[in-house]
Amino acid sequence: MGGGITLTHFLVLSLIIFSLGLFTVLTRRNAIGILMGVELILNSANINYLAFAFYGGGTYDGQIFAIFVIMLAAAEAVIGLAVVLAIYQNFKTIDVDATETLRG
Amino acid sequence: MDHPIAVTFIRLIVALPLAGAAINFIAGAWLQKTFGKRAISLIGCGVVIAAFLLAVRAFFAMIAIAPENRFMLDDLWRWFDVGGLNLDIAFWLDPLSMVMTLIVTGVGGLIHIYSIGYMHDDDGYWRFFGWLNLFTFAMLVLVLGDNLWLMFVGWEGVGLCSFALIGFWYKVTANTTAGNKAFIVNRVGDLAFVIALYSLFAGLQSIGHATLVTREIARYAPRLAGMPLNFAGYQSAYPLVGFVTLLMFIGATGKSAQIPLYVWLPDAMAGPTPVSALIHAATMVTAGVYMVARLNFLFSMSPFTMGVIAVVGGLTALFAATIGVAQNDIKKVLAYSTVSQLGYMFAALGVGAYAAGVFHLMTHAFFKACLFLGSGSVIHAMGGEQDMRKMGGLRHKMPVTFVTFMAATLAISGVPPFAGFMSKDEIIWQAISHGHPVVWSMLLIGAGITVFYMFRQVYMTFFGEFRGTHEQEHHVHESPPSMAYVLIALGTLSVVGGLVKIPEFIATFKPFEDFLDPVFSSEVTRRITEAGIHSHATEGAFAVITFTVVVIGWLIADLMYRQRKLDPARFSQMFGGAPYEWVYNKYYVDEFYNRVIIQPYMFATRALAWFDTNIVDGVVNLAARIIVFLSWLSGLFDHYVVDGLVDFSANLTLDVGGRLRRLQTGSINGYLYGILAAVMLILLVRAVVRA
Amino acid sequence: MLAQAIFYALAALTVGSAALVAFSRNIVYSTFALLGAFMGVVGIYILLAADFVAMVQLLVYVGGILVLTIFAVMLTAGIGDVKVSNRAVGSGPAIVVAGVAAIVMLYAVMRTQWHQAAAFTPAPTTYAIGNAFLGDYVLPFEVASLVLLAALIGAIVISRHEVRE
Repeated sequence: MGGGITLTHFLVLSLIIFSLGLFTVLTRRNAIGILMGVELILNSANINYLAFAFYGGGTYDGQIFAIFVIMLAAAEAVIGLAVVLAIYQNFKTIDVDATETLRG
Repeated sequence: MDHPIAVTFIRLIVALPLAGAAINFIAGAWLQKTFGKRAISLIGCGVVIAAFLLAVRAFFAMIAIAPENRFMLDDLWRWFDVGGLNLDIAFWLDPLSMVMTLIVTGVGGLIHIYSIGYMHDDDGYWRFFGWLNLFTFAMLVLVLGDNLWLMFVGWEGVGLCSFALIGFWYKVTANTTAGNKAFIVNRVGDLAFVIALYSLFAGLQSIGHATLVTREIARYAPRLAGMPLNFAGYQSAYPLVGFVTLLMFIGATGKSAQIPLYVWLPDAMAGPTPVSALIHAATMVTAGVYMVARLNFLFSMSPFTMGVIAVVGGLTALFAATIGVAQNDIKKVLAYSTVSQLGYMFAALGVGAYAAGVFHLMTHAFFKACLFLGSGSVIHAMGGEQDMRKMGGLRHKMPVTFVTFMAATLAISGVPPFAGFMSKDEIIWQAISHGHPVVWSMLLIGAGITVFYMFRQVYMTFFGEFRGTHEQEHHVHESPPSMAYVLIALGTLSVVGGLVKIPEFIATFKPFEDFLDPVFSSEVTRRITEAGIHSHATEGAFAVITFTVVVIGWLIADLMYRQRKLDPARFSQMFGGAPYEWVYNKYYVDEFYNRVIIQPYMFATRALAWFDTNIVDGVVNLAARIIVFLSWLSGLFDHYVVDGLVDFSANLTLDVGGRLRRLQTGSINGYLYGILAAVMLILLVRAVVRA
Repeated sequence: MLAQAIFYALAALTVGSAALVAFSRNIVYSTFALLGAFMGVVGIYILLAADFVAMVQLLVYVGGILVLTIFAVMLTAGIGDVKVSNRAVGSGPAIVVAGVAAIVMLYAVMRTQWHQAAAFTPAPTTYAIGNAFLGDYVLPFEVASLVLLAALIGAIVISRHEVRE
């Protein structure tokens, strides 16, 4: 890669996305919103993996791991959305502040 | 004596009655139920008769041997081997034990047969024969034991059987009380006997011959002469032999009912009549006489003890006779008569006339057994009545009983040529012959009184008008054959049994005394027996005096009770009636013993019991209360501390849980922050740790 | 020069979309912004010579997960109901936390002496990844397929229960 784009650039990019994703997770009241934040975080992690794979000598281990991450993210998203739908059925809302019946 | 002949069937004589006892006790109840009383009779009498036949066989074997070698030994096995004391279970048959064995099995066998009829209606029939057989076994062990310890085993055994048989009808408390009295009074004598045995053994051990075998003691006894008695290292001034013999005699007074331990014998009449005849007339009570005769070589070494024996014997003879005069129970008269006659036997031994004492033992067995069984016959006919004041005129209705009773009475009175004359007269003569005038006079007066109370008994029972109730009169009948034949046998023996030793002044015919001679052949004894007056004329003169006294006694009884010319009441009321009361109440001896001995003992018992209950138990209770208190304390601890801890931890859990519960907000945002915080913390910790 | 420009353009797309996801009040806007983010990420992947991964990202994330998310959004919130559905709550502490995390990570990234390996010529990766999956990484591959199966079944079970009621 030419043009002076170093590993650091990619790492900074991924950390920005990570922070944004973290922020989303912490502030969203909508359950799906929280899941979206999680997706952002996972994507940032993937960027990290691939950056290290590229700048670490061209081995493909990082890429393989990134594929695993994508796959697991898919599985998790499926389950999560199924749960969200179930909550919607029960509570008629997906506002996480409203679903406090487990309050101790 | 050094080379006895080994004879192995002697053990059978002892074993047969034991086997009979074992069968009767173990299987008796079942046998009686299945086969009836006949089976028990067969076993019970069979074993004793078989033993008698074996004894007869032994007798014939014995007389076939030369007199100085008439010693047979049957050594069974080593009994124990302890600290220098080696004893065997062995049976020693010499002339003395031969005579005793014949009496025990012979007279005993006859009484067993008599019991078939007498105990016919009793359900405890098998028990009775069991105990009778066991008694015969114990008595045979006593007379045949070759060592003093084995003799003591028999001594105790007969005491046990006596106790059991006196209280045979145990459902009546008075009977068992009488049995207890017999056993306990005997125990006092036994204690003295055992102490004597130990002292004797200690003495023998100190001269290097530790033994209790009789024939060996005979050999070494002379070396004990003059040896002082040692109390645990302290040497006293008293001679050992005197101490030993005196204590042995005290043991004999218990078993043979002399003063002061005779009190059990009149009470023992509570037992069935065959028991009275066998144990308390013919055999057990003679054990003491046998023991003194057996150990003559020891007794002869102590003139003091011999004197004591003679005086006690004489005194008992007189004393018991006076009590017998006032008794109205037919068996009580005979009981006191037995005590009195035993006194004669001991008096004979005491003055040194050993053979005469044993001779009287034998004749007494014959006529006293006959008298007791005859009285049993009368009681049986009178339906259980024993008071002579309710009897009378029975000689017509019970001829066999009357004739045999009369024969025995003449024998005991000392009328020639009946058996009692031969033996009793001999004793009275020997008393004066060996220089004991006081004893002689006691025996003489005693003889007169004996005649009196015996004929009083005969006249009250068999002569005159019948004084009982009408039903009793109808019930009176002669005894069944099993009882009648025995009476005849014993009556005959009372007549002819004395002919084995005729008084010297009449003729020199004394096979009995000659037969017993080897037993009394030790030097010391010979010196005593051969001393004394040997003049036949003097003997004859004294015999006449004795006979006169006898006649006077009879005459008074005849006048009072047959011809009714003299009123007995006049005599009993004499001197204000007090002497009579004293005699009638046996001189209040029992009451005296009760006050002086028993009450203090019972008091001590109660004091100790009080001590035990209040102090010992008090301590135990105190300990228990302390423990209860301590456990209450620990209960407190448990309640407040332990439970407190438990409750505290529970409350703590609830409290903390309540607070921690608030973490569960249900707010997903909150949870996410929590997760984030935890992850941050972990990363921080890792970073710090790495640094 | 071109590479830098492409990089920065893609970065801007991604970051901007991510920002929209984070800050938008409307959930539907957030969802479509997520699409933008994903597309940007695909571009980044290609820049990093991960062609296969980029395609997988496109297919799975955009074609699968995003579609699913849109479905879920449509099913659970009225589109007209804009005001209520996506308020951000407690943004203060979140900014602080995210900010701190960003600063810490930035610090770590900047300070570390990253070891640069030798440059290499990018090559198509599909062949190699395929070999690796069925060679060295066959076990995780199989296990991952099981995980997907479990997720599938789980999702059916969860949603089916509610329908039955």
